[in-house]
Amino acid sequence: MPEPASRLYYRHRLPVRIMHWINVVAITILFMSGLNIFEGHPSLYWGQNSYSGRPAWLQIGARETDTGAMGFTRILGREIDTTGVLGLRETGDGYSPYAFPGWLTIPGYYSLAMARSWHFFFAWVFLINGLCYVLYTIWSRHLARDLWPTRDDVRGIGASVVDHLKFRHPKGEAAKRYNVLQKLVYLIVIFVLLPLIVMMGLAMSPRLDTVFTGWVGLFGGRQSARSIHFIVAWLLFGFVAIHVFEVIVTGLWNNLRSMITGRYRVPQEAGHD
Amino acid sequence: MTDRRDALKRMAAAVGALTLAGCDKLSSTEWFPKVLGVGETLSAKIAPLIAGRKAMAQEFTPADLSPQFRSNGTAKPMNAQYDALAAGNFADYALVVDGLVERPQRLSLTELRALPSRTQITRHDCVEGWSAIGKWKGARLSAVLNAAGLKPGARYIVFHCYDPMEEDGSSPYYESIDLDDAFHEQTLLAYELNDQPLPVKNGAPIRLRVERQLGYKMAKYVMRLEAVESFASIHGGNGGYWEDQGYQWYAGI
Repeated sequence: MPEPASRLYYRHRLPVRIMHWINVVAITILFMSGLNIFEGHPSLYWGQNSYSGRPAWLQIGARETDTGAMGFTRILGREIDTTGVLGLRETGDGYSPYAFPGWLTIPGYYSLAMARSWHFFFAWVFLINGLCYVLYTIWSRHLARDLWPTRDDVRGIGASVVDHLKFRHPKGEAAKRYNVLQKLVYLIVIFVLLPLIVMMGLAMSPRLDTVFTGWVGLFGGRQSARSIHFIVAWLLFGFVAIHVFEVIVTGLWNNLRSMITGRYRVPQEAGHD
Repeated sequence: MTDRRDALKRMAAAVGALTLAGCDKLSSTEWFPKVLGVGETLSAKIAPLIAGRKAMAQEFTPADLSPQFRSNGTAKPMNAQYDALAAGNFADYALVVDGLVERPQRLSLTELRALPSRTQITRHDCVEGWSAIGKWKGARLSAVLNAAGLKPGARYIVFHCYDPMEEDGSSPYYESIDLDDAFHEQTLLAYELNDQPLPVKNGAPIRLRVERQLGYKMAKYVMRLEAVESFASIHGGNGGYWEDQGYQWYAGI
């Protein structure tokens, strides 16, 4: 049954919708090609140096045991058997020693050269799109009006946490706005995690290290930058997982439509239907 | 509800698989990697605008040195001519400088050591992701190039190396850099690592140091420098052994 037009609320403007979907493509490719790049040296360190005498804090690899090959993940000195998931990749005829499964990487086979080409092309797409978004969000007052928490929002944080845990979704007028947790998470992702992951990417570039002598050291050094880049990538993965989960449980088609056509059907409060 | 959820899951899996297969297919086309190459061009053009053409790579202190400087790629060239030179402690080694130069050179190790030198402790960043810190001493490449005198058309310096990359002895390693990097203060033809003569595993007798790029640019076992206008007709035409395998010529990132 077609929705009565009066119930559809225009929630996302065209520039935001376009930039959102460009970002989906860019972030997905950056994440997956990044994992392929990680395969080149699947160990992470703190400091400037991988060979300082201190061990890696994270290492994903494979080794021979009495019972055959084993995939392992060594984190902070503890080794975990991760055969088939991490360290050993399932291929057609057995296992091969790669940190991540092929379906999680771009390309699906190990190619550092090709993965770098994908990564650095979509890094530009992401960066330009992201800068346009930030400028637009300030200029259009999207930031001030929709994203910045109000005083009431801040007072309602506790209640919002409870609502989320009970899967109680806002209805009526409240459903037209972002809730306070959503606002805070969006702000942290947009203004902390994404700029941080870009900075850590730039910190790994030997050419951009020369912009100010020692700037990479402020983040702990190039290998720390590589570690932080990796950690933030997985934090963003976590954000996307929760984001997609919330999109599904609060009405997949309605949410999708609102990010494609802009129009969102406002869930009515009890008694209105 | 479960049916719908299953259908949804299957749909997501199918879209994912198609996308992945699509990415792999695109990677193996002729044209798509060229599109992706726009990213490299942008990075190469914009980095000097932000960082400055002469900006210096960070230098470290002896306390930061890696206890062992890792050897990667060739650890010993499979080359009889090289073996003979190594057996004689490189006494008969001579670096050839030719191509678009006014005065072609043949420089022995003693002559290279007599040129203006520089000592620097720098971080070596491999394209694979690891870093190691070493102390390098070598002749400034600018001194060698000034002695030879570049002709006006010269735009790149190509480094021809002793190490073949194929088991049958073919495919010699080579690299190329532009003149900004060639005349950079930290660009050296290094003959010492950590106060010792450069070990064979790290590129004896001469390896290039280009501190603002990744490790694969820093050719080991350098045999000959050639000044050229273009590297399109050299080996695979992409300016380096790894570049011919699809790696970026600009390795500043």
